[in-house]
Amino acid sequence: MEWETVIGLEIHAQLATRSKIFSGASTAYGAEPNTQACAVDLGLPGVLPVLNAEAVNMAIRFGLATGCSIAPHSVFARKNYFYPDLPKGYQISQYELPVVHEGEVIIELDDGETMRVGVTRAHLEEDAGKSLHEGFEGVTGIDLNRAGTPLLEIVSEPDLRSAKQAVAYMKKIHSLVRYLEICDGNMQEGSFRCDANVSMRPKGQEKFGTRAEIKNLNSFRFVEKAINYEIERQIDLLESGGTVVQETRLYDSVKGETRSMRTKEEANDYRYFPDPDLLPLEITSEEVEQIRATLPELPDAKKERFMADYGLSAYDAGVLTASRDQADFFEAVVQAADGEAKLAANWVMGDFSGALNRDGREIGDSPVSPEMLGGMLKRISDNTISGKIAKDVFEAMWNGEGDADAVIEARGLKQVTDSGAIEAMIDEVIAANPGQLEQYRAGKDKLLGFFVGQVMKASKGKANPAQVNELLKKKLSG
Amino acid sequence: MSIHTSTVAELSTALARGDHSSRELTEVFLERIQGQGAALNAVITVTAEQALAAADAADRSRAAGEAGPLTGVPMVHKDIFCTRGVRTSCGSRMLDNFISPYNAHVVDRLAAAGMVCMGKANMDEFAMGSSNETSFYGPVKNPWDTAAVPGGSSGGSAAAVSGGLAPAATGTDTGGSIRQPAALCGITGLKPTYGRVSRYGMIAFASSLDQAGPMARTAEDCALLLEAMAGFDARDSTCVERDVPRYSQALGGDLKGVTIGLPKEYFGEGLDPTVASAIDAAIAEYRKLGAEFREISLANTHLAVPAYYVIAPAECSSNLSRFDGVRFGHRCDSPRDLEDLYKRSRGEGFGDEVQRRIMVGTYALSAGYYDAYYLKAQQVRRLIRDDFLQAFEDVDLILGPTSPTAAFNIGERSDDPVSMYLSDIYTIAVNLAGLPGISVPAGFADGRPVGLQLIGNYFDEARLLNAAHAYQQVTDWHTRVPEAFA
Repeated sequence: MEWETVIGLEIHAQLATRSKIFSGASTAYGAEPNTQACAVDLGLPGVLPVLNAEAVNMAIRFGLATGCSIAPHSVFARKNYFYPDLPKGYQISQYELPVVHEGEVIIELDDGETMRVGVTRAHLEEDAGKSLHEGFEGVTGIDLNRAGTPLLEIVSEPDLRSAKQAVAYMKKIHSLVRYLEICDGNMQEGSFRCDANVSMRPKGQEKFGTRAEIKNLNSFRFVEKAINYEIERQIDLLESGGTVVQETRLYDSVKGETRSMRTKEEANDYRYFPDPDLLPLEITSEEVEQIRATLPELPDAKKERFMADYGLSAYDAGVLTASRDQADFFEAVVQAADGEAKLAANWVMGDFSGALNRDGREIGDSPVSPEMLGGMLKRISDNTISGKIAKDVFEAMWNGEGDADAVIEARGLKQVTDSGAIEAMIDEVIAANPGQLEQYRAGKDKLLGFFVGQVMKASKGKANPAQVNELLKKKLSG
Repeated sequence: MSIHTSTVAELSTALARGDHSSRELTEVFLERIQGQGAALNAVITVTAEQALAAADAADRSRAAGEAGPLTGVPMVHKDIFCTRGVRTSCGSRMLDNFISPYNAHVVDRLAAAGMVCMGKANMDEFAMGSSNETSFYGPVKNPWDTAAVPGGSSGGSAAAVSGGLAPAATGTDTGGSIRQPAALCGITGLKPTYGRVSRYGMIAFASSLDQAGPMARTAEDCALLLEAMAGFDARDSTCVERDVPRYSQALGGDLKGVTIGLPKEYFGEGLDPTVASAIDAAIAEYRKLGAEFREISLANTHLAVPAYYVIAPAECSSNLSRFDGVRFGHRCDSPRDLEDLYKRSRGEGFGDEVQRRIMVGTYALSAGYYDAYYLKAQQVRRLIRDDFLQAFEDVDLILGPTSPTAAFNIGERSDDPVSMYLSDIYTIAVNLAGLPGISVPAGFADGRPVGLQLIGNYFDEARLLNAAHAYQQVTDWHTRVPEAFA
């Protein structure tokens, strides 16, 4: 039988507010356990939550960026369950009336095709603390620093049909939340993670199959691997006459498999009800419009503009606009390079990205500024240096030897464009290689490359390659 | 005038005149609390040292000319309010070991007004009860008859004022927990409009119903205390940002042209005839004061108790989840595993009534029952509120009994939750609607006090207090003191 995979993602994006969603405690990552948990986060008797308005603004930004409706009236609800890292015995979330609902994103697939993915809803909620098992003998440690950190849970429609699509969607949302500056997107620290609902159905059938939910996937690679494992597991199960059980599963990244965490029967009855400590969240259309006016240019629009304004290919424009930092960097380079957009695109996507990856750096802490890179590109286009020498100049800049002009000056890398000087070098090379000259003149044209190489070597790479070519041809042909 | 039977206003005057220092007053009341008053079991934590230090500080600020009307006046807090460095038990074994690291908003406000806190008043466990018999620290006795209950849940506060252990106390009212014990102990107790007083630091029972208020001998005293307690607090999202009138300055207005509604549902079956005749006498006094009466109907009154006993337990089942033995409060000995920790810590820490309400509330919120119970109860709640709003189109205040009977005996209703719940039949609807209500002493039934309830429109505490004060100018029920504690 031919199977169709149906996937929906629930993405948890930690909102980049300075303080928690219902208290004034800091949200900074990595502090000593329980040093960033105030009375409210600890769930002490008598404390009350107060909503952080910035978290609401961020949710609205996301909603507007995905064409969602912003609810004029939404409600915080309590999700009740006991767990040691859940201090109040309930999580404040949104249930029946979320702040953001019904929108979409367009994702691009590997083959260049685009696809619409529905966003069912996005709601605000607080994160729980962490249970610590390592380094504790026979007991569990509880760290409540994360308790109360604001999360935006973004729920997709079950529109995704493969692990690759799921990853493309997740990357799209990842890019969006960073463009909007509402989430740092740091997956290692858990700031951006997802649960994947996966089910199978016979191709052509409308009714969904029974789904399994894979919890807490915190890398694109894990999302792809876990979903693919799950697809195979479910197909094997179904084809051997079994049935898929509705359950929550965990992905074991070491073993590369998913395993059951709890079945539907073991699931909690969360007893959702409106939180009486918080008033319903009322948002006016004026407030929405104020926030809309502050939205940055979003990736799709930016990509279109890059293609139109800079004459970039769809592929290049897509790569450059995948992150706002990279797009901004690119545009600053173009400006510094007096509009050399294609050259800038090649360098930003090529050597520059390569150097960042090699050193594990973010654009923000690159040793080469856009002005430095743009300045170097100007020296390429005005023939001061060749593209080849530019690679050395770039490395030197990366290593802190100053801007391009300083490096070129200090290392004497200025291209030789004086035809007299080039001709003199050519004459020497020809004189030193009579045999090759003879062969060339006998029709072995390929030897041109040999002569070019020798001249470039003699000039220590500084001779202008185009001039060398031209003058060589003239001299070789006698 | 003896100090322990004085009102807050009288003590305030005495302090201002220099007749007494705050230290003298505080010593008198501390001696009452620890001496003959101890038999009432009204105060479960006495903070004598801190009280005397606070009294000295109050005397110093008075000497410096910085005294307000409440500076140096002693009081006690219901043990539901968090007090920094002092055990805050909420009447429960669960919090018998809980020393709060912070002060409730109300505690800070009254301290800032210069009041001297002498300790913490006994109460029904987690404010769940109408007789103060559910306290882990044992029942409180009614100063008028120690065989009788003081009412609840603010029974310790009411008995402390009535027995002359403190001139004033704080209370909280979720379904009548200020007004009913005030009635049963013969004192005055005000439940303000929901949102008038911050709930921050007040241990939650049912968040949408809980409201803090003052308990004292007179309406005037309640006015003085409410002025200090009320006001906006950004830490409570349900607290309303609205100016606080000078309630005590607004007293003394006449009642000419004031229209008072008499809900026929509050005078029907179940109302003790002796209580009814005390209320009738009060109505006659009000007529003499110039008030006009009109019969009204609050047609959904009979649904108030059932709706309340869905909503309040539902909220409490969630509010009390934080008491899990993990971070504070009671933890069972050597738990085998996490589930055992939860089950035994909560099973041992909570008393029967609390467990009963947690179970009822959990059931009412369960999948498949939510619509039939919780949602339905919320709909009823709106009907009840609408009844009141409609009534207030025609009348300024509503009057009736606070409780259908005077104080019952300790043990009399403790095995029958429903009969216990019915003692709040006239007070519960006020919480469901979020309105202010006050109970004032209005006579006796077989030697036990009877309370008169006045209900006002939203944020109409000034009118409510004025009407109660006017009545107290022409009656002396509020000046009576129980003989055994005279």
